[in-house]
Amino acid sequence: MMPTQKLLERLLAPALALAFAMVIATVIVALLGEDPFHIASVMLSGSLGSLRSLANTLEEATPLILTGLCVAIGMQSGLFNIGGEGQLVVGAFIAAWLGVKVPVSNAGLHVALCLVAAGIGGAIWAGIAGILRAKLGAHEVINTIMLNYVAFISTNYLVNLPYFKKPGQIPQTFDVAPSAEIPRLTFVYNYTRLNAGLFVAIGAALLIWIVLSKTSFGFEIRCVGHNPVASRVGAISVVRSMILAMSIGGFLAGVAGAERVLGVHKHFVSPFPFGYGFGGIAVALLARNNPFGVVVTAIFFGALASGGAQVDMVTSIPRELVTVIQAIIILFIACEYLFSRYRPRMRVLKDE
Amino acid sequence: MNDVTTVISISLLLATVRKAVPLIFASTGGFFSERSGVINIGLEGMMLFGAFSGAIVAFFTHNAWLGVLGAAFIGGLIGSLHAFVTIGLRANQIISGVAINLLGTGATIFLCQVFIHGERSFSLGQGDRLPSLGPFIPLTYIAFILAIGAAIFSYYTVGGLRLRAVGEHPRAADTQGIKVNRIRFMGVVASGICAGLGGAYLPMFSGSFAKNMTAGQGFIALAALIFGKWNPIGALGASLLFGFADALQETLQGRAHLPAQALQVVPYVVTMVALAGVIGRSIPPGAIGKHYEREQPEI
Repeated sequence: MMPTQKLLERLLAPALALAFAMVIATVIVALLGEDPFHIASVMLSGSLGSLRSLANTLEEATPLILTGLCVAIGMQSGLFNIGGEGQLVVGAFIAAWLGVKVPVSNAGLHVALCLVAAGIGGAIWAGIAGILRAKLGAHEVINTIMLNYVAFISTNYLVNLPYFKKPGQIPQTFDVAPSAEIPRLTFVYNYTRLNAGLFVAIGAALLIWIVLSKTSFGFEIRCVGHNPVASRVGAISVVRSMILAMSIGGFLAGVAGAERVLGVHKHFVSPFPFGYGFGGIAVALLARNNPFGVVVTAIFFGALASGGAQVDMVTSIPRELVTVIQAIIILFIACEYLFSRYRPRMRVLKDE
Repeated sequence: MNDVTTVISISLLLATVRKAVPLIFASTGGFFSERSGVINIGLEGMMLFGAFSGAIVAFFTHNAWLGVLGAAFIGGLIGSLHAFVTIGLRANQIISGVAINLLGTGATIFLCQVFIHGERSFSLGQGDRLPSLGPFIPLTYIAFILAIGAAIFSYYTVGGLRLRAVGEHPRAADTQGIKVNRIRFMGVVASGICAGLGGAYLPMFSGSFAKNMTAGQGFIALAALIFGKWNPIGALGASLLFGFADALQETLQGRAHLPAQALQVVPYVVTMVALAGVIGRSIPPGAIGKHYEREQPEI
């Protein structure tokens, strides 16, 4: 088959999903008595219309790239990591901890330390689910859901300890030291919260692409995702591939949490701003687990979020319309396998 | 030890039951779906739809029972969406569940702002809520009857045997003339109805609807189902246990050295332990998550 034809075929389903979601959104908007074209133009100007909007879009996209990659690499190995939310929170807490408490004066070193430690935290958190699945066959979906809540609750406990808590009503840490802040990209827009984390995220996408498509390790992960039995026969360690795929994903989600803390909020707060972990699921599904696709779809969802905020502000349409659109896209993508010539990559509780 | 004796009281036991009710409804719902072979991690979203629709119908009609019916209806509707997508269109059951949860958080707040002019929460008047019947509101008794009824249904009736059969070994069930996908469809719709009722309990009890008011209880119900070994009586017991942990955590707040979070985390940790098989392993239904088609597809 011609490569371009193959590419078009792969793009067909996501395009249909988007079109379908947009039609439904248009109907909802029209039913509420607003002009869909007006809403669309507000959406567009709020996401891409100015440098400020563009910076907002990319700022929202940054964690979504990382959590999208987190889900995508899990799926490449046949596992559904829906614990990005919890892994992100673990990473965010560790970043705040080290950012506040560790006296490193070298800015680059301090940021790097926080990012790596946050990543390791996320990797361990996801690795627990990976080990339970690979060694004991316990379903990773259930375990990642449970681990999400364990993460929310235990960070809530920790942040309330006198050692971490900034005095006051809100359970939050002190702001991180200036040396631990990720520099903001103020050349795009003066007051933006967009930061150099964006480059980390894009670099991660490139790295994951290289690992998956150019290394034997990545090949093994994809083999396990396609057919664990054949992989085992082919002397690939299924256990190792599964655990590593989960842990790498967790690492990326942990880095996403660190990016939120060091680049945007400056502190950890409980509950931590919610939704990037689940957003990553939508991103990975729409991108069909392709790392470059993840970057593009994350920017698209970032645009929806920042455009949605604008729509919320200037029209009568609540911003939750964006969440509804995301849900419809996921639902449609779920059915998409029906139309697909390719069999689904995921094996849900399938005995080997 | 003095702490313990003063804390364990009638009011703690009553609070345990009240905390357990939404979990009993939703875990019984999960039972119907998962035992028929369809994973339902969308319980959280279905509960949220139930909470919202129950509250909004009661708010506008001033009739609490209509609210309860509305919650059951909308819950069943969302259940049939999950059923249609996963059984009819053979979509991945987990992805569909994730979408339903996301739809629940988005659509309920969206609709709340549309109906209640930009508000993300609203209160019910005294007349819009269910009256107490003894120490509890009527939904409490219904929850227990439902769970016990589900157990009797599934282990003592033909219909229940069929439900379990299509979840355990659909091909064997099919050769006995059982319509596998029809039974699964009914199981998932029943699951939505139960989860909707569990959601409706929340505003009926607290007197208000608020953004994301289920706060993960759908996932705790899923945990109760797993910890209860995919069995309605087990799930009932697990719901009461988790309800007790929650009630105790609230009672102890500020009174004991045990941090509240140590009790909050109990449902999630014990579920992971049960699933891993360290103590009394929970084994899922045989055909859970697998689509069923009569002929082998040509691949």
